[in-house]
Amino acid sequence: MSHAPLLKRLVLICLGMFAFAFAMVPLYDVFCDVTGLNGKPSLEQAKQSTHINEKREIDVSFTTHAQSGAPFKVKSHEYSVVVKPGAMREVLFKAKNISNEDKVMQAVPSVSPGKAAKYLHKMACFCFDQQPLKAGEEVEFKLLFYVDTELPDDVEEITLSYTVFDISKQLVASN
Amino acid sequence: MSSVTEQQHNEAGHHDGGHHHPAKGFKRWLYTTNHKDIGSLYLIFSLTMFLIGGAMAMVIRAELFQPGLQLVDPHFFNQMTTVHGLIMVFGAVMPAFTGLANWMVPLMIGAPDMALPRMNNWSFWILPFAFLILLASLFMPGGGPAFGWTFYAPLSTTYSNDNTAFFVFAVHIMGISSIMGAINVIVTIVNMRAPGMTWMKLPLFVWTWLITAFLLIAVMPVLAGAVTMVLTDKYFATSFFDAAGGGDPVMFQHIFWFFGHPEVYIMILPAFGIISTIVPTFSRKRLFGYASMVYATSSIALLSFIVWAHHMFTTGMPVAGELFFMYATMLISVPTGVKVFNWVATMWRGSISFEVPMLFSIAFIVLFTIGGFSGLMLAITPADFQYHDTYFVVAHFHYVLVTGAVFSIMAGAYYWLPKWTGNMFNITLAKWHFWLSLVSVNVLFFPMHFVGLAGMPRRIPDYALQFADFNAIISIGGFAFGLSQLLFVVVVYKCARGGDKVPAKVWDGAEGLEWEVASPAPYHTFETPPEIK
Amino acid sequence: MGKLSSTLWLILFVLPQQVLANSQFNMRKGVTDISNDVYQLHMTIFIICCVIGVIVFAVMFWALIHHRKSKGAKPAQFHESTKVEILWTAIPFVILIAMAVPATKTLISMEDASKADLTIKITGSQWKWHYEYMGEDVAFYSILSTPQDQISNQVDKTNTYLLEVDKPLVLPINKKVRFLMTSDDVIHSWWVPDFAVKKDANPGFINETWTKINEEGIYRGQCAELCGKDHGFMPVVVEAKSEQAFTDWLQQAKQAKKTAAAADAALLDQTLPKEELMVLGEQVYMASCAACHQPTGMGLPGVFPALKGNPVVLGDINDHIDVVINGRPGTAMQAFVKQLSIKQLAAVVTYKRNAWGNDTGDVIQPSQIQAAIDATSEAK
Repeated sequence: MSHAPLLKRLVLICLGMFAFAFAMVPLYDVFCDVTGLNGKPSLEQAKQSTHINEKREIDVSFTTHAQSGAPFKVKSHEYSVVVKPGAMREVLFKAKNISNEDKVMQAVPSVSPGKAAKYLHKMACFCFDQQPLKAGEEVEFKLLFYVDTELPDDVEEITLSYTVFDISKQLVASN
Repeated sequence: MSSVTEQQHNEAGHHDGGHHHPAKGFKRWLYTTNHKDIGSLYLIFSLTMFLIGGAMAMVIRAELFQPGLQLVDPHFFNQMTTVHGLIMVFGAVMPAFTGLANWMVPLMIGAPDMALPRMNNWSFWILPFAFLILLASLFMPGGGPAFGWTFYAPLSTTYSNDNTAFFVFAVHIMGISSIMGAINVIVTIVNMRAPGMTWMKLPLFVWTWLITAFLLIAVMPVLAGAVTMVLTDKYFATSFFDAAGGGDPVMFQHIFWFFGHPEVYIMILPAFGIISTIVPTFSRKRLFGYASMVYATSSIALLSFIVWAHHMFTTGMPVAGELFFMYATMLISVPTGVKVFNWVATMWRGSISFEVPMLFSIAFIVLFTIGGFSGLMLAITPADFQYHDTYFVVAHFHYVLVTGAVFSIMAGAYYWLPKWTGNMFNITLAKWHFWLSLVSVNVLFFPMHFVGLAGMPRRIPDYALQFADFNAIISIGGFAFGLSQLLFVVVVYKCARGGDKVPAKVWDGAEGLEWEVASPAPYHTFETPPEIK
Repeated sequence: MGKLSSTLWLILFVLPQQVLANSQFNMRKGVTDISNDVYQLHMTIFIICCVIGVIVFAVMFWALIHHRKSKGAKPAQFHESTKVEILWTAIPFVILIAMAVPATKTLISMEDASKADLTIKITGSQWKWHYEYMGEDVAFYSILSTPQDQISNQVDKTNTYLLEVDKPLVLPINKKVRFLMTSDDVIHSWWVPDFAVKKDANPGFINETWTKINEEGIYRGQCAELCGKDHGFMPVVVEAKSEQAFTDWLQQAKQAKKTAAAADAALLDQTLPKEELMVLGEQVYMASCAACHQPTGMGLPGVFPALKGNPVVLGDINDHIDVVINGRPGTAMQAFVKQLSIKQLAAVVTYKRNAWGNDTGDVIQPSQIQAAIDATSEAK
């Protein structure tokens, strides 16, 4: 009996599964978007909100964390703000490159609790882009956001955390 | 079931060239395409790896015998836990099962050899090199892998040393070897069954291996993908697992455990097959529910693809996810329970005798079930927050893998050794091996439940004083268990050299084609397929 | 019947709880409502497993004893019974549902997103925890305080061996405390068994959990996720105080921060003697550096560089200070400016340049450290 047809099919399964491992990367992002897994909020500009829920108040607090070795100081002006769902809110962040070299900063947002991630809509965020900061440069960044009126009732406070990375080296490596 | 027993040495007929006798010396083993030779190679290799991995466990237990750092530094300790895990999983348990499959599957289905004998040779001979690379990295500056056998990013990427490349290549080779082995098993079983050997007549060991082989070709490529991503993240500036570039370290764990959980069943399904073969033999009674065993095995295999995240409850998951993975995991205990009940029902009102393979099988049933219970406890998400990454988990997976998988391999080895060698092993020594192993393995692993519940994390080289007494006991159990395995080496060696001659049907209650060829099994068997009624 | 079932209840549920509760064989009950729920859940599942185990093994051992060949047992011929097989599939299924109900309840009660009274940001790094009282301007590192000579068995170990830190996390009781977890480098996992809280700290992401402590006391735990060489040496210690005591402590902590800032400012004008810096430097070195670079300064070949004879240590002072305060990105070398005072930094740099035969004779003053910090942040 010829083994070739079966062999071919089995090898194809193997190759398919190897490809599947890599397909899991985009699949995982989709999965995170749907379920709010890992508090990964969207990195794209959101649509305008349509109406405001005047009865509810949500605490939104901000925290930033410069990853080990990232020479940035980033801090929001206020530690936390109280917002009504649907209402637009602006928060300013002060960011500084504390090294004596030009650097490129990338802020990665993360929302807690995870299930609130897809209800926090950002209209403008410094995390949408890579931010080049000259040595010692200090700039002010704007975050414009609103909380969706559909936010589950049991969520009373949301934390938006930014981890800032120094990606200057990766940029050099990939160019 | 009956078959043609006489061996026909038909020069012209068969695809492996019709050698009557194996070549002599080292070349025989290097060039062999004979399934029995390759099976033996796999088994000897796996025993060697079992002893090397065991020696590393001895280092771990010696360091943990008392609180404080005595023998090794923490970095080396981490290398020991990592390489111990890798060697035991990929070097000891999996090759042992592949070895048993090579030896027994063709004999059980009445095939003259494996379907792809030359690939069979390759799949074995690349394996020693994989482990040579892995072990060699321990002696390089900076040492071997020290991030646990689960190699979570970014500990294995940004924060590992440059020898990680050797780890990645070693795992790649192991994966390719397992995939080739699995493909061979599938093709053999699908295409080379003797006439009349219908699916529902297949011996259970063959069934469980077929399902295992499908699991292997489904998930070993995923492992290959995971290590490839680790490699490119570490050396080629990709960021699959690095948040700075849009990646996510938690995704590594999803990919790894998508491989890792089916992998656990890869190491236990063939064990179910072995136990389902041995228990009826020494109960002198048919297996109670053959069909339900086949279905239970298949459903365990399918469920294994949807439970992976139960290894990751503490990573922070939405509650719906936690509930789904909790329920799915709990569900696995149903088909597993069916298996245990089946074995007990097979023994019930049988005519039971306690030969060495049966002793190991009974120990397997009891101790594997204990491991199953702790597995069920671990499935309960809220409780898992307390158990996760403690010695409770270590106790759990050593119960299912040592007293489960390893005991089943020992049972299988004792069951078929006389068939392989034509000699009965030294029964007294083998019984000593069993009883010493049984007692010491429980002294070794049972108290781990206690230290785990009391709060001792796994993978630590030094611990707080309240864990000291139990750790001393565990270490003593460990040394005793380790030494007891040397007896196994002696028994196997002596059995290979000589002993009381055995008939074709070694055990009076045994059934199956493998007992209809002479003992020792001739170099070529079933060159004319047997007829199955 | 009633008597029998209550006796059974006593034997199966009450007795083991009495014997096993808070013994060294079992999970701790802990000091939060959640940890008590988890404990009860654990015991329930455990006892159900034991009962199933006893029944199954009793049947098996009965067969092993009575249906032996040596006793002349003849094998029966029965096999396959749909009825029995349905039964032993269905019964476990029902038991599982019985287990899933309390488990689901507990899990959902853990998932409580209501407003917390206090938020602590916990950041793991190799191999220490950093606690930040959000909105309170109090933050500190918490580092293992067990001395090296206890670990290397030169002196007797104390009761809290490896479970003690320099600065514990102080929390109020009876308040909902929210924890935000993240990490500076690899994945860590913050675990206090008495709270039934274990959550991974993932670099780049934030995780959340909470607790509400019922009793005052000191609670100890450890990092639960393998995080590199000194994974076994990064304990968690929580001191739970009454609400009043906590408020007082928080005030003191804020005050202490100001005092320290003033002391640092005063240091800028002083010249400290080399002896003082060397003594302090050795302490700092052992606490913050020796884990990697080793007490001998020899490092671990291929993993952590040796400082003895190291070109940076023996080279330009400013380069050396720069590495110590800013770290080396992408390696385990952290930016110690965040962790140590300028006096400690001056001392440890002095120590490294003069210990183990690194006889540069250099003495570094706090003012030089401050100048280096200013230089990096004010560059250009």
